[in-house]
Amino acid sequence: MKCKEASPVLVIRVGDAFCKACFREYFVHKFRAMLGKNRAIYPGEKVLLALSGGPASSSMLRQVQEGLSRETAKKLRFIPGIIYVDEGAVCGQSLAEREETLLQMETILQASGFPYHLAHLEEVFDLPSSILQRVPHNPAGPKNSYKEAVEGFIRQQRQEEGGGPSLPERQIQEKLAEISMRDAPGMEGLAAPEARLLAAVRTEQLIRLFGSVKTLTAKEELLQTLRNHLILHTARAQGYSKAMMGDSCTRLAVKLLTNLSLGRGASLAMDTGFSDDRHGDVVVVRPMREYSAKEIAFYNHLFGVPTVFTPALDTKALEKASIHRVIERFLYRLQAEFPSTVSTVYRTGEKLSATPGDASPAAEPERCLLCLCALDTNVEDGSALQAILVSEQLSQQKLPAALPTERGCCPGAEEQRGCCMNTTAPGADFLPLLCYGCRLTIKDTTCLESLPLYVRAEAERRKRRAAMKLEIQEFLLEDEAVTPDES
Amino acid sequence: MAAPMSLLVEFGGGAELLFDGVKKHQVTLPCQPEPWDIRNLLKWIKQNLLKERPELFIQGDTVRPGILVLVNDADWELMGELDYKLQDQDNVVFISTLHGG
Repeated sequence: MKCKEASPVLVIRVGDAFCKACFREYFVHKFRAMLGKNRAIYPGEKVLLALSGGPASSSMLRQVQEGLSRETAKKLRFIPGIIYVDEGAVCGQSLAEREETLLQMETILQASGFPYHLAHLEEVFDLPSSILQRVPHNPAGPKNSYKEAVEGFIRQQRQEEGGGPSLPERQIQEKLAEISMRDAPGMEGLAAPEARLLAAVRTEQLIRLFGSVKTLTAKEELLQTLRNHLILHTARAQGYSKAMMGDSCTRLAVKLLTNLSLGRGASLAMDTGFSDDRHGDVVVVRPMREYSAKEIAFYNHLFGVPTVFTPALDTKALEKASIHRVIERFLYRLQAEFPSTVSTVYRTGEKLSATPGDASPAAEPERCLLCLCALDTNVEDGSALQAILVSEQLSQQKLPAALPTERGCCPGAEEQRGCCMNTTAPGADFLPLLCYGCRLTIKDTTCLESLPLYVRAEAERRKRRAAMKLEIQEFLLEDEAVTPDES
Repeated sequence: MAAPMSLLVEFGGGAELLFDGVKKHQVTLPCQPEPWDIRNLLKWIKQNLLKERPELFIQGDTVRPGILVLVNDADWELMGELDYKLQDQDNVVFISTLHGG
């Protein structure tokens, strides 16, 4: 017991009991220490908080509120905004249920006092294909520039407090920004009935897309990918340079093992590390990564953090319905017997670090179409991938050639035979553009035409570029210049 | 002999889905020869409150891993877990941590 005065309320690690006040201090301190240690967030930066209504992200919101409200020089200094993505259509919720959830979320969002954005997952169909392109970003300077930035900011604040007029001006700007941000992007200019019709069409498209995915594992992966793209788009459109996700330690441990099982080992460092800069300009940070699910649940209960429970894809699913569920069950059961399991997995993950991406800008690695990680699919002699491909080919030769079914792959499209161009191997031309993990997701998707337009457009663009590069390959000088040498 | 006692049983974090979405239950436990402890309470909940999918809440004679139990706002590990003897007007909260956020 730390303070030895009040009665213990919670046990974190074996033999480590906290009373309510000490726990609160410990919790708040961990958040600030996480941000301070990594020095990733500069003063005055706009940061987008991804709120799902669940315990971890709600707790994160509360920590940001607490951190910003302190009067001393130690207060957190960034400018937050919140995004909530409504995924009800995919999770089988009716329109009425989604409305109710949105109402509950809006209460929380408005109470926070920060500008917020409500996005529906259906909006992925209106995303530009530039989402799938990495935008180069000046890497952050050396560590002392962080300190200078902080000192400069404090100095500037003191000057402004003496001046006066700039403060209300900033507030007016904030209010204006707030008003403009509450419209659903893409819906401006549409009259109400047209907007509703468009929304209904999009919902149907979304349900069709997820209906064409055969396994729950692939559905969950696809959902995560689309959600990340939507959050990234909002961040870019509204000028946020960072996005904060509420992944807890327990969640990240499960994610680590799940990604290993899904063949995403090459991108583990980015997927579970503190900062994830695969998109270049918008960096994803995970400040809650050292909080176990138990700590978060206790904090929320003891200190009244409002949460909204929304059923997810895997709510009430069977135990072995998806890889995510299997791993989660495995870890939780092991944790019950050996309480240091989750933190051991987490600490092992902490030791992973991404290879420095921008070391040699000329040799920019090929990136996966969907997840923007470096492609890990060079089929070298003796690599695991080569072994998998060989055994795939061998096992396919033994089976009789599978006849493509007569009706279209999309339900209700019996008349249209030409729905999917490649009935023999759907997505065979997509696959080279994807990393191994995303390939598995796409292989489980039967109808690739229902993928959002931006994915298909970007895939086309890359294929054309690759074809063009192949054509002019012989004219390219090796290693350096790109100018074709026509002789 | 255990006298009948009334408790406030709460469910959170998604666990309420298994109980018709109702988060707070004021329950009155009947008189019975053995004293009421968490172990017996779980059996009682399984029989009387749980509407579906018992394996998502209870595993064996304890709660499923991932479900936290708080007794009067304190971790049940500090109170003896399954062997804690319930008292009248106690508040028992079950929070599921299986849904992330």
